[in-house]
Amino acid sequence: MSTPIVVDGISKQFGSFEAVRDVTFTAPEGKITALLGPSGSGKSTVLRMIAGLEEPNQGRIFMGEDELTVKSVQERQVGFVFQHYALFRHMSVSDNVAFGLRVRKESKQTRDQRVGDLLDLVQLTPFADRFPDQLSGGQRQRVALARALAPQPQVLLLDEPFGALDAKVRQDLRRWLDELHRELGVTSLLVTHDQEEALELANQIVVMHEGKVEQVGTPAEIYDEPVTPFVAGFVGSANVLHGEVVDGHVHLGSMRIPGAGHLDEGAPAAAFVRPHDVVVTGNGDGVHAVVERVSSLGWLARVSLRLPGGETLVAHVPNDDLHGAGEGDEVRVDLRNPKAFFAPEHASEPDELVAGA
Amino acid sequence: MSAPALTGIQTESRRGRRLLLAAAIAWVALLLLLPLIAIFWTVVRAGLSSVTHTLTEPDVLHAFQLTAIVTVVTVVMTTLFGVIVAWVLVRQRFHGRSLLNAVVDIPFALSPVTVGLAAVVLFGPGGWFAPFFAARGIQIIFALPAMVLVTIFICIPFTIREVVPVLEEIGLDEEDASRTLGASVWLTFFKVTLPNIRWALAYGIALTTARAIGEIGAVLIVSGLIQGKTETATLFIFRAYEERQTAEAYVVALALAAVSVTLLLVIELLRHRQEVERTRT
Repeated sequence: MSTPIVVDGISKQFGSFEAVRDVTFTAPEGKITALLGPSGSGKSTVLRMIAGLEEPNQGRIFMGEDELTVKSVQERQVGFVFQHYALFRHMSVSDNVAFGLRVRKESKQTRDQRVGDLLDLVQLTPFADRFPDQLSGGQRQRVALARALAPQPQVLLLDEPFGALDAKVRQDLRRWLDELHRELGVTSLLVTHDQEEALELANQIVVMHEGKVEQVGTPAEIYDEPVTPFVAGFVGSANVLHGEVVDGHVHLGSMRIPGAGHLDEGAPAAAFVRPHDVVVTGNGDGVHAVVERVSSLGWLARVSLRLPGGETLVAHVPNDDLHGAGEGDEVRVDLRNPKAFFAPEHASEPDELVAGA
Repeated sequence: MSAPALTGIQTESRRGRRLLLAAAIAWVALLLLLPLIAIFWTVVRAGLSSVTHTLTEPDVLHAFQLTAIVTVVTVVMTTLFGVIVAWVLVRQRFHGRSLLNAVVDIPFALSPVTVGLAAVVLFGPGGWFAPFFAARGIQIIFALPAMVLVTIFICIPFTIREVVPVLEEIGLDEEDASRTLGASVWLTFFKVTLPNIRWALAYGIALTTARAIGEIGAVLIVSGLIQGKTETATLFIFRAYEERQTAEAYVVALALAAVSVTLLLVIELLRHRQEVERTRT
C-alpha cells in the first residue's frame, strides 16, 4: 500500500531566482525522510512540487512506478500537512476530516466510520463538533494530520508541521507522530529546519542548501560523516578551524589534524570538531589552550578555550575532566574525529557555522 | 495614601473629551438625522391619505419597479464579476495587475454625470456603437439597457473592495489543502473560498444595493426622462419636485430613505457579525 517517492533531477525557478537546482533523491517506502535545511534552501518548494502545488521547470517525480509530474494535484493522492494547519475555518473538526472523503463521494457510512477512527487515532474525539479557532495549535495540527490521512494517501507530506508550535508542544507532537508513523507505516516526507527534529524522527535525511542537495544519508551518517562543510556546520554544533593542508594534514598553528589526504597540498582548509569531541587532557598530550570561560550545563561544562593561534574552541566536557581548571588557567586539548574540508574562502561561510552549544 | 485630587491637566483633558463627544453627536444629529426627520415629519403632517394615494399611483409603482429591476441586475452582475476580478487581483500575478487595481476605483473618482455623458457618447445619437445597435433594432440609450449599464459602472468597486482584503487575509493555504484532498478548482471555490468571503460579499452586495437605489446623476442623463417609461424612483422625485408636486416627492423620498436606512442597519448587523467572527479566529 505504501510506495517510495523518487525525485529525479527537479529544478524550479521563480523569475530569476533558482529555488531548487537539480534535486535527486529517493524517499524509501514506509519510512520517514526529512528534508533538512535553513529557510530559503528550497526544501518546501521540493515538497510542494511533489504535491503538485508547484510545477518543476525540469525533472520528474515518481510514486513507485507512477509518474506524478504528469498528474494534477487532485489526482496525486498525497496527504499534505501545512505549517499553519490550513484547516477549513468554517467547518467543524469532523467536517474538516471528512472533506477528502466527501470529495471522493464515499458513502456516509464509510465516512462516519473513517472520521470516527481517525479522531480516535489523533485523540480528538471529544472535539469533533468544535471549530478550528476553538482548538490549541497542537490540536489543530492533529486535526490537519487526520484530515490528510482520511483519504488513505500513499504518501504523507509534512511542511514544517511543528514550526508554529511552542517548544513543549513540539516535543510531545514529535513523539506522538513517531508512534503514529510506526503504526501506519506510510511513506512520509518531513520538511524541517530543525536538525534535532530530523535526527530524532527521520530514517533518512536529505540536507539541502541553496536549492541543492548537500548530502543524503541516515541520521548517523549525516551527523558522523558529513561530506560537505555546510552539513558539518549545520547539523549539530561544531567548531570551525581554519588552516592549510601540509602532508595530508590540516595544519592549524601547532595542531595537525589528519584526514586531509584528499585535499591538495597547500590548499586552504577548514576543520570541523564537535564540542563533545574536544578533550581536555589536563597535563597530558595535545596543544596548549587557555580557558576563557566555563559555564555549567549540569553534569557537563561548556568551556570556551583560546588557542595559541587566537581562535576560539568550544568544548563540552564532563565536569570531572576539567580537573578544577578555571578561567585563565592553561590546559591541554586534543581533538577527536575532526573532519577536514577544502575551504577556498573563509568569508563565504554560512552563519550556521558558529561554534557553540 | 489617599486618592490624589485631579490635577489641572486631568480636569482639562476630561473637559476636552466631553467637548469632543458633544461636537461629534451634534455633527451627526444635525447633518445626518435632521434631514431624515424633516422629511418624515413633512409626510406625517400631510397625512396617511397622501401616502396611500401616492404609493398607489401608476407612475410611482412603475418607478419603484424600474428601480428594483435596475438594482437587481446591477447587484447580480457586480457580484459575479466582482468576485472574479477580486480573485484575479489577489491570486494571480500578471503584468498590469496594479493598473487593473487602480482602474477598478475609477467610479469612485468620477462624477456620475460624467459617466452618463460617456454612455451618451458611446450609445447616443451619432455615438460610436449607435449604428451597430440601431441596425439590430436594439434601443440602448433612453431605455433600460443604458440605465442598467451606467448603474453597474458606478457600482463596480464596492464588492471588489470588500472581497479583496478578505481574500488576501485568508491566503492560499486552505485552497491548496482542498486541492491536495482531491477537490477540483470549482469545488474548492464553492466549498472553501466562497464560505470564507461570504460576509465580505454580503457587505459588498448591501453597499451596491444602496448605491444602485439612490443613483440619479448618470441615470438622469441616459434615461431621457420619459415619464412612466424610463423613470426610476429617484427620477420620479426629481420630476415631481420640479412640477411642484412636493407631497408626492416627499412620500417617495421617504420610502427610498426607509429602504436605504433598513439596508444600512442590515449592513451594520453584517459587519458586526463579521467582526465577531474575526475576533474568534
